[in-house]
Amino acid sequence: MYLVRLVFLLLSLVTLGSALGVIFSRNILHSALFLILSFIGVAGIYILLEAPFLAAVQVFVYAGAIAVLIIFAIMLTRRLTGQGIRQLNEQRWVAAVAVVLLFAMLAFILSNTDWQISKEAPLEDAVNALGQGFLTTYVLPFEVAAVLLLAALVGAIVIAREE
Amino acid sequence: MDVPLSWYLVLAAALFCIGLYGVLVRRNAVGILMGIELMLNAVNVNLAAFWRYITPRVLIGQAFVIFGITVAAAEAAVGLALVIAIYRNRETINVDEIDLMRW
Repeated sequence: MYLVRLVFLLLSLVTLGSALGVIFSRNILHSALFLILSFIGVAGIYILLEAPFLAAVQVFVYAGAIAVLIIFAIMLTRRLTGQGIRQLNEQRWVAAVAVVLLFAMLAFILSNTDWQISKEAPLEDAVNALGQGFLTTYVLPFEVAAVLLLAALVGAIVIAREE
Repeated sequence: MDVPLSWYLVLAAALFCIGLYGVLVRRNAVGILMGIELMLNAVNVNLAAFWRYITPRVLIGQAFVIFGITVAAAEAAVGLALVIAIYRNRETINVDEIDLMRW
């Protein structure tokens, strides 16, 4: 029991620590690498939540595809992202106060709410059931997601293309 | 179930707040997009935790996480394309220097 909590705290430390690294690194390429570490920490959280399929998707899509996309964008805009450039704007203290207050409020609310926790075990064959669900119950959102991806792909090509 | 649900929720809230801070203070547009990705990740952690603790027999929570990841991927693709287009036209991606539409 305490081992699982220890693993949770360790994963939280990795996730939040590298998230802070994303924000405060002076070199934006280091930010991108910290971002990958943070994504992998979240994948560990999914495994702890007994959702291994989500962890696999997280590693594929976030730590793989989106991270590569971000690094490509950094490389293509390299000249202005080097060491000597100020990375944070002048509203950093106001923003810090606002964000800390928001976190305090959220943490207070979340830890004082009485959640109706179910004692049941999760589905044994979750991946199978998820695939069945996507082609039956959730078929409409599934198709909408497909159209959204197509539209995003076409839009990205049109926007980034040279005239 | 060894870890209380609220721990996951507080973790997600912390991740969301760190991402939000990045969005508010970063000057580099790619840095802002990274902050948005962190915020979307926090939302997904919330959904997965609620699935595991409140409706473990119904897969709606996991399905929502998959859709959330899809939307995040679409957002990243379009956002980075915009960054590259702006860089090509204005030679900068620092958002405080892109003030064409500011009055």
